[in-house]
Amino acid sequence: MYEGAVQNLIDELGRLPGVGPKSAQRIAFHLLSAETADVKRLVNALVEVKERVRFCAICGNVAEETECRICRDPRRDAAVICVVEESKDVVAIERTREFRGRYHVLGGAISPIEGVGPDDLRIKELMTRLSDGQITELILATDPNLEGEATATYLARLVKPMGLKVTRLASGLPVGGDLEYADEVTLGRAFEGRRSLEF
Amino acid sequence: MTVTRGWERGRAVAHPPPGIGDNGGVSLYRDEGVVLRTRKLGEADRIVTLLTRRTGLVRAVGKGVRRTKSRFGARLEPFTHVDLQLYTGRTLDVITQADTLHAYGTPIVADYARYTAGTAMLETAEKIVIVEKDPALRQFLLLIGGLRTLGGNEHDPRLVLDAYLLRSLAVAGYAPALDECARCGSHGIQRSFAVHAGGAVCSVCRPAGSASPAPDTLRLMVALLRGDWAGADASEERHRTECSGLVAAYLQWHLENGIRSLRLVERS
Ligand SMILES: [Zn+2]
Ligand SMILES: [Zn+2]
Repeated sequence: MYEGAVQNLIDELGRLPGVGPKSAQRIAFHLLSAETADVKRLVNALVEVKERVRFCAICGNVAEETECRICRDPRRDAAVICVVEESKDVVAIERTREFRGRYHVLGGAISPIEGVGPDDLRIKELMTRLSDGQITELILATDPNLEGEATATYLARLVKPMGLKVTRLASGLPVGGDLEYADEVTLGRAFEGRRSLEF
Repeated sequence: MTVTRGWERGRAVAHPPPGIGDNGGVSLYRDEGVVLRTRKLGEADRIVTLLTRRTGLVRAVGKGVRRTKSRFGARLEPFTHVDLQLYTGRTLDVITQADTLHAYGTPIVADYARYTAGTAMLETAEKIVIVEKDPALRQFLLLIGGLRTLGGNEHDPRLVLDAYLLRSLAVAGYAPALDECARCGSHGIQRSFAVHAGGAVCSVCRPAGSASPAPDTLRLMVALLRGDWAGADASEERHRTECSGLVAAYLQWHLENGIRSLRLVERS
């Protein structure tokens, strides 16, 4: 244990995701020895993010205005929605430059054991968006783990009566890896989702 | 690779020392188990709770399993029956190897009703065994059997769940009275059911506030507890619904409302 202010900082840092007590201590002492101006910049960034950033009224992505940059962009295809768990997934998909539609951020995945059910996610908002008839395709891009799969299963069943085209991101082998090192579940999925090669 | 950070009371757990096998105070063991629950730890690790065949309930760390390149990741997902190699850590054991024996999750997650029933089974297994590293072979076998039946998709997921819950309670020593009075022991299907009295009760012993289930509901519960699937499959919808309600109330009473996922089980 350290004197008041230092221990306070360590405790606060330790509450961040992925930061254990040792890292918290390391970061605290790094900040302690850093230039005052550098620390002030960090403080400002933290305050600003809380003051300026909110969630897009349409898709739930982080936004600096009522609607996010993507929902406001008229060049994006309004007929296709890609459903993701978190805003960071939007960033990951945007990096691929493959997708030109819009998003819907659920705010997590269905996890009964953590008490998170369909009503705790932004699923009602999704259904409202889908009911306007403009959307024709839904891409389910929840995480390729059990909870993400269960969430996709739930959504697919829910929107079935609407007659949309519903697709799930393919699970497959990591590019740059060796086939022999793939686990059997991933390899099994890769077989399921194989595509034909046409010449 | 960074040194794994401590997760409990600031204690760090070291990587396996190089001297494994030369008795450097590290004990390596092998077991098989079903993954009940996982929780993120640090950047890329996961704490995995398993019900194992020989060791009972085990909480262990899977290192780096959240990285895409990890071979463990998919194997340490809930519902997976794995063959494991672990070493005993200071606070938590560490998984050094995991191989899939059965991926029960694949058929279960393909159907939302099966998934919610299965999740309630996993959570019950953890809460009913409670004590770590105390062998619970019968609970382990019951869970494996339940997950296999659930994934086999031959019966209503609710029936599979209720059969599992009733039998799991019975193994733990909490079997409800079903075809006799819990208080006086008089035989036969009774008129009332009282969770806190221990199950079915006769009209004389019935405490105030007892439920009055249909006789066929109690017969369904008897069938589920005995594994009489022909009888259970022939049951009517309304008796299944009533049965689920009674089993849930009975379970929650014994486990002090500890099963969160029960609320989300699809009862349609
Ligand atoms: Zn938006
Ligand atoms: Zn009696």
